[in-house]
Formats: sequence, C-alpha cells, structure tokens
Amino acid sequence: MIKTVPPAMIFILGAFLIPFLRGKVKSVYLLLLPVLGFINLINMPDGTHWVIDFLDFNLILVKVDRLSLVFGYIFHLIAFIAILYAIHVKNDIEYWSAFLYSGSALGVTFAGDLITLFCFWEMMTIGSVCLILARKTKRSYAAAFRYSLVHVAGGLFLLIGIIIYANNTGSIEFGYIGLNGLGTYLIFIGFGVNCAWPVIHAWLPDAYPEATIAGAVVLSAFTTKTAIYVLARAFPGTDILIWIGAIMAAFPIFYAIIENDLRRVLSYSLINQLGFMVVGIGIGTEMSLNGATAHAFTHILYKALLFMTMGSVLQMTGKINCTDLGGLYKTMPLTAVFCIIGAASISGFPLFSGFISKSMIITASARGHYSIVWFVLMFASACVFLYSGIRVPYFAFFGRDSGIRTKEPPLNMLIAMGIAAFLCILIGVYPDPLYNILPYPVVDFAPNTISHVITQLQLLFFSALAFTYLMASGIYPLQMRAINLDADWFYRKGAGAFMWLVNNPLSQLGNRMGRIFLDYIPQALAWFSRNPLAAGKIASDTILLYISKLSKGVDLDHREEVRKRINKEKEIYPGDIIKHWPIGSTVVGITIFLLVYLLIYFLPF
Amino acid sequence: MKKELTIFDKPENVKKVRIGLYVSCAILFICDLFIHKHGHFSWEEWIGFFSIYGFVCCVGLVLASNILRKLVKREEDYYD
Repeated sequence: MIKTVPPAMIFILGAFLIPFLRGKVKSVYLLLLPVLGFINLINMPDGTHWVIDFLDFNLILVKVDRLSLVFGYIFHLIAFIAILYAIHVKNDIEYWSAFLYSGSALGVTFAGDLITLFCFWEMMTIGSVCLILARKTKRSYAAAFRYSLVHVAGGLFLLIGIIIYANNTGSIEFGYIGLNGLGTYLIFIGFGVNCAWPVIHAWLPDAYPEATIAGAVVLSAFTTKTAIYVLARAFPGTDILIWIGAIMAAFPIFYAIIENDLRRVLSYSLINQLGFMVVGIGIGTEMSLNGATAHAFTHILYKALLFMTMGSVLQMTGKINCTDLGGLYKTMPLTAVFCIIGAASISGFPLFSGFISKSMIITASARGHYSIVWFVLMFASACVFLYSGIRVPYFAFFGRDSGIRTKEPPLNMLIAMGIAAFLCILIGVYPDPLYNILPYPVVDFAPNTISHVITQLQLLFFSALAFTYLMASGIYPLQMRAINLDADWFYRKGAGAFMWLVNNPLSQLGNRMGRIFLDYIPQALAWFSRNPLAAGKIASDTILLYISKLSKGVDLDHREEVRKRINKEKEIYPGDIIKHWPIGSTVVGITIFLLVYLLIYFLPF
Repeated sequence: MKKELTIFDKPENVKKVRIGLYVSCAILFICDLFIHKHGHFSWEEWIGFFSIYGFVCCVGLVLASNILRKLVKREEDYYD
C-alpha cells in the first residue's frame, strides 16, 4: 500500500476541485490542502519513492533528503500563510494558479531526475504567469507576456542543457552536476534565469509589482527559492557563484533606493537577499550551504511578510508609490508593526530571523578568507537597512502625512501577517529548531554572542544615523514620480526596434523576393517553355542587339531592322510550335538533358 | 470612527526618537573600548570599524544612487 503521495500531486490535483466548491467549504478546503500536504511530508521516509519507467529512463518523482525537506517544509508553510492572506479573494483562477505554481515548486524540490525537474520547472512558469495575469490590468498583461518570454527562454536553455548532459553522461539523475562541459553550462544558465542573476534579473522587478496583491506574496517565495535549491544541489562550491552572488547582493540596492513603487523596492531587495544565498552556495562549505538554506527559509518568511504588508497598503489605499503614501501608522498601526518586524528581519537585527541566517553566510565567507566578498556583504547588510529596513516602513507608514485615512485590512490578512511576524521573531530568538533541520549539522557557530550582536548593532545604528543625516541635509534622493531603466530596457525597447526592422526593411525585402521568385521567374519560365526554340532565338537576338549597341561600326538602319524583327517575333510568339520543333530535335534535347544528368550523377563533386 | 494614533505628530516625540538614536549610537561606539571582538580579519578589531563602515556605506550608497538616477530616470509613461 502507498503510504505517501508526491507533495506536488496534493497541490496540483487538489487545485482542480477548487471551482466546484463554494463558501465556507471552499475556504476550509483551501487551507486544508497545505496542511494535508505537510502531514504527508512529515510522514515521508528518506530515500526515493514513486519511481516510474518512462522510455529508457527511470523517473523519480520523490527523492527525500535533508536539503529537499527544508525547502519542502517552508514551501508548505508559506503556501498556508499566503492562502490565509488571500482567503477573502473571489477569484478561482488566482487560487488555482497559486496551487499549480506552489505545487510545481514542490515538484522541482523533490524531483530525483532531470526530466521530472524540467516538467515541473515549466509548470511553475505557467502558474506564475497566471498569477500576474490575474491582476487584469494592461500593465500586468504586458508584464506577464515579458515574464513568460524570459522564462520560456530560460527553460529552453535548461532543456538543451539536460539533453546534452544526459547524452554525455547517460544519466538523468539530479544530483551534483558541477560546471563541466557545454550541457552543464546551459543547465547552469537555465537555473540562473530563475535565480535572477545580474543582467537576466530584470523580469523580477518588472513582473512582481504587477502581480495581484496575494500573487506577489506567493511569487516572492517560490521561483527564486527553487532556483536556490537546485543550485545548492547541483552546483555547490562553484567559484563563479561567489562573484555572481556578490554582484547580486550589491547592485539592486542602488535601484531600490531611488525606486518609487514600494513593491518594486521589495523586488530589488529580494534580488539583494538572493545574492547572499548564491554567495553561500558558491563558497560551498558545510557552513555556507547551511547558511544559504537557512537564509532561504527565513527570507521566504520575512519577504512574504513585507509583500503582505505592502499588499495590505495597496488593497486599502489603492496606492503603492512612495510619493502617494505616508502617515498610514495612524490608521493601520498593526500593519505598520508587522512591516517593522519584517523590516527588522530583512535588515538582520539581532533577535529577528534574518540575523541568524545571514550571519552564517558572512561568517562562512570570513572563514574562507574571501575578504572582498566579505566587504561587499557587509556593505549590503548596512544598506539593506537603509533602503528596506527604514525606507519601506518610513515612507509608507511614517514620514510626511499623505492625508490618507483608511483602516486595517481584513482579519484574515492580519492573521496571516501575524503568523509570519511571529515566526520571524521566534526563529530570531530561538533558532535551534531551524538549525536542526538544516542539511548539515550546525557546529561551531552561535549567532547570538555579545561580540557578534554588538558589531551588527553598530553597523545598523550607524546606518540609521546616516539616514537621519542624509534626510536632514537633503542629500537623500527625493521621492519622485518616475521609473528607472533596468536591463529590461534592452528587450522592451529592443523588441520595438526589432519589430520596426521586421515591419519595414525586412518585410519589403521579403515582398520583393516573393515577387521575384513567385511571379517573375515562374512567368519567364512559363513563357520560355511555350516555345523554347523561338524564345531562345528572341533572347539571343536581343542580347546580340544590345552588344551591337556597344560596338561602333554597326549600321543604324540595320539595327532598327533587327529590332523590328524581334518585336514581330515577340508578337507572334509562341507561333507555330510544331513547325519549329520537330520530333528529331526533341529527341536530341532529351538526350542532351540525360547526358548532363548522367555527368552530374557520376562526376565526383 | 476609531481614534487615530497621532504619536509622531508631536515634534517632541520625534525629537525623543532622534535623541534615542544618538544615545544608542554613542553607547554602541563606546562598547568597542570594552568588548573584545572575535573577528576573522584584523580590521574587524579596530575600534569603531563597524560603526564607521556602516555610516560610510550608506552615505556612499546615496551619493552613488543620485548619480545612477541621473542616468536611468525616465517619465512614468516611458514604456507606454
């Protein structure tokens, strides 16, 4: 008897019942799905299950080990919180796509082979696109379209990589891959697209702020963190990841500080936090991989919390830009508190969740003597407080009073935020349960030592001091109604240029080619073949006449005579075919044709 | 209608927060004199390293962002 089912199946198959349920039953069912999934997950023994023969391959639907379990736990947890947050929404498509999406992410997490992984990887794209489309605005349609193009391209890289890799190694098992040959590089890039690596990151701040209110919460958790998971499994200790991660940790900060849309600020800070995890994977020691995994876990919680608070602001006020908001603490104090907790967590304040995971990665980088990377990560840690820790709560809830008077969001949203906020603090105060489920045993590391806490507080408080100084001196960038160009400019404007090129010069060339090959040449051939002999004569006469023009000594009258004759021949063309085309010459023609054919066939070229 | 919170409407409350921040910064800075920091790098043990690094990073970030904004800022309907 089968004791467990693949975690993905509970979500994906369960989603198909949603449209048939109504009212309270539906709400209960929606909340029950992640709970059922979680019970199924904790009863799943380690090892491989659900092995299916497919062509010549063994597909492994479920492979359970410590690494996949951590991600499995947090994915179930965040699915529950996000559904609770969205339980008042009356849009089946949103629920359905949320479950398809999160279920596929679970499918990727527990996939034991590359084919299964690829299938769920693509389904994840479909689910996430639906979550963006569900916003039903013109901007969200366009963003969803761009999002799907980028991810389909990334998926193709992955697919080609998998085919080459499987061909070379004869194995489709999903384990350590490492950079070694074309196939593995393509897989690496395919993963990198979902991980929002620099230059291929623009889909994230482009699409997430255009998703639905709950959709952004769900999106923030799965796509990028499954990418972290697959990188941690397939490419741990790959040196280049350290540098990719360091760039990711640093460059989005500069955008986050000048961006007006607060959900876009959170999107940039998402990339910045991913940078820490990618560095952890790149260093590849047990400690750094633990750090990356722990950081993915805590990050999912506090990032979802921040997206939930900003979603609440958007829902209650209809606005999300810094320039429109301010002073909301007066009417949304609870949401403000939750936002501050999320902000404290992402900033890595001691006793909040970000601290106990981020410091693991930074310590691992110090122990590996990566001094430049260490400086970059410290820079990112200080700045994340400035733009995410202070800026988001400050401009939404405090700062200048925008005059907006609203009220707290619905109870279910408050409870969802409350749970996430509680967990952020719980993990920060008491990290041991999280440390116990990490892939490797946590040894020789304690985050809450005096030296560690003091240095972190120094970094953060002096960042806050810098903020007050910059605000007072007017150096701090003003909040402006504007957008900022990012790497998506290349395909958003590039696509326009490409379409112009296709519509104007290329399509004209196409038309001309079409006329030449489909009209002129067939017509000429048809005309010629009506009476080749006469046609050949007309053609050769015309050419000779033309040549005679060039040479001087030819009589003008004679030339005129010839031209008249040619015109006459053209008029009566094709004329009496039989008279000019006796059977004998036909046979000669055919013989010549066959001879040429034989020569072409036998000659060695 | 529920009563609104107006705690930060009073300038003296804002001032209290600011003074609290200055005092905390001062205390934290002084802590360096008494607490031995266990760093992996030698500069971690310099007095005031983290405080100064945090401050300098943030100011540098904002200055750099002001330059970046000049390069990438566009009207809101730029892509429409």
